[in-house]
Amino acid sequence: MEDDVLVRFRNVSKTYDGDALAVRNLDLDIRKGEFLTLLGPSGSGKTTTLMMLAGFESPSEGSIWLAGNRIDTLPPHRRGIGVVFQQYALFPHMTVAENIAYPLLCRKRPKHEIREKVRGALELVQLADFANRRPSQLSGGQQQRVALSRALVFEPSIVLMDEPLGALDRKLRETLQIEIRRIHRELKVTIVYVTHDQNEALTMSDRIAVYRNGEISQIGSPDEIYRNPRDSYVATFVGESNLLPGVVEDAGGGTVRVALDDGTLAEAAAPARAALEKGLRIVASLRPENVKACVSPDELPAGHPAGLNRLEGTVADLMFLGEQYRMSVSLGDGRTFIVKSSIGAASRFAIGQSIVMYWDRADLKILEATPRGTDHEARSE
Amino acid sequence: MKLARNDAWIFAFRALCALILLFLLLPLVVIVPLSFSPDKFFSFPPSSFSLKWYASIFTSERWLQAGLNSLFISACATVLATCLGTLAGAGLARYRSRASNLVLGLLLLPMLVPIVITGVGIFFLDAYLGIAGTYASIIIAQALVGLPFVVITVTATLQGFDHDLIKAALSLGASPAKAFTSILIPVIMPGVLAGALFAFAVSFDEIVITLFLVSPGKETIPVQIFSGIRDSINPEITAIASLLLLVSVLMMILAGLLLRDRDKLSSRVGGA
Repeated sequence: MEDDVLVRFRNVSKTYDGDALAVRNLDLDIRKGEFLTLLGPSGSGKTTTLMMLAGFESPSEGSIWLAGNRIDTLPPHRRGIGVVFQQYALFPHMTVAENIAYPLLCRKRPKHEIREKVRGALELVQLADFANRRPSQLSGGQQQRVALSRALVFEPSIVLMDEPLGALDRKLRETLQIEIRRIHRELKVTIVYVTHDQNEALTMSDRIAVYRNGEISQIGSPDEIYRNPRDSYVATFVGESNLLPGVVEDAGGGTVRVALDDGTLAEAAAPARAALEKGLRIVASLRPENVKACVSPDELPAGHPAGLNRLEGTVADLMFLGEQYRMSVSLGDGRTFIVKSSIGAASRFAIGQSIVMYWDRADLKILEATPRGTDHEARSE
Repeated sequence: MKLARNDAWIFAFRALCALILLFLLLPLVVIVPLSFSPDKFFSFPPSSFSLKWYASIFTSERWLQAGLNSLFISACATVLATCLGTLAGAGLARYRSRASNLVLGLLLLPMLVPIVITGVGIFFLDAYLGIAGTYASIIIAQALVGLPFVVITVTATLQGFDHDLIKAALSLGASPAKAFTSILIPVIMPGVLAGALFAFAVSFDEIVITLFLVSPGKETIPVQIFSGIRDSINPEITAIASLLLLVSVLMMILAGLLLRDRDKLSSRVGGA
């Protein structure tokens, strides 16, 4: 396990003005060969983390290690880390081939080796016919592919990407996401990827680190983050969640019984992490796609426990998303509940209609024991 | 009806603009026909066409020496001003602070201070150092006057410069010095050259400070013109003036082309 770690952040803090911490006591291990995404809103510290790893910022405190060597005092050009920028940062006065040859020239490699590697790097990103073009003659997607192959051609052990697809339109972004995944698989290079787009994080990563106010709220596989968010921040930042505050009624056995604030009783599987006791305030989360809806209580499935795990409300809005409908349901006390249901199921509902919503016990997740209120907004940059 | 009144206004506006331009250009342009006159005294229009005065300056030891002096001094001053101005501009663009604004102000000072004052100051300093009257003293003085123009064009060019290019170069293994010479300088080269042209033009025309510092044999063209018109007005002056005018126009065209290239460059850096 130890040998698997390529980069180690130890107790790293960064402040730009000597006061506010952009990154706070960061401990982070990046595994060899993994695709790690740093996800968070702007100003949450993810880009600062990346820039400290690249060497463009130095930590105010703590240390950074790459393959067992301390690098936080090393200038960027001696770290051997590839970086891909959002605005491509291709050298405008050089051709595509010259751009890609640049890191090899810096390393004083022999000419024939440079020629061969440049050709290989261009083939990797399917731009072999564009070697003699200028960056200005390429589309945005092509420019970013050149930047990608330039960051890979000198075979760095790790490549950093700072919102590399942020400037591209959606279709192109999806194509390049697949391409970056493929390159990651083929070259087995470690990639640290910064984005504020949760979909991008979920589809591309081996692991996601969710940032908030300079700290990592949760780190884990996309599946883990999505299905077992650690707190309400992660639950709402990664995907949508209905948050339900309440009080623990009974924590005996494997099932927790919760009295939600509107009086509804609900059950949830006991969380593995925290011990819950009666009377404790909690926040529970429910993914919109796990909520089912029907027109009247008579239609509840036979096995549904009586008087439990259900809410009633009025359809306030119906939004067509393509593969499903997203339904906003007002609960009568000012709160809104989100339900996502298949097109067939949603065809029975109309705006203004009263409906009953219900869910399986396993889908209600108990989050942090003390609700953090509404301080979810990240500080602006 | 309304259209006609509009047309009248537009015509009046254009006429006014033309008059203003004429007022600005006439004193410059009137020299040119005079230079092709065979007459010993200025008379307008010239009685006939002649290249007499051009032949006269190109065979005059005095004017040829002045031309060589001017070219040598201005070339050296331009190189000096361009190197220093580019370094200063690059540094100022990188570190933005109150101190850097102060430094920028100091660098632009030679453009704002009355030139006579600068001349007197340099004269006393050079006399104290014992270098007054040397080529070096004239070159340094003219570089000083050209420096602000280089700083201005370089900092203006750097405004559109994407500093991620430098970060990219560093991450790819270039030392800071290599990133500077292989990325920053080539990308801002049009701005540097435009600054150099301005510095050359300013240096080539400089007379006030040069008069303080000049010693026999080191007269530049403007100094020679000045002493020429002080003693007796010789029509050779008109030929020299026309040539200088031609050089200025060519340099302005070149600078315009360079700055247009720069705009193209910066617009394509971010362009997808």
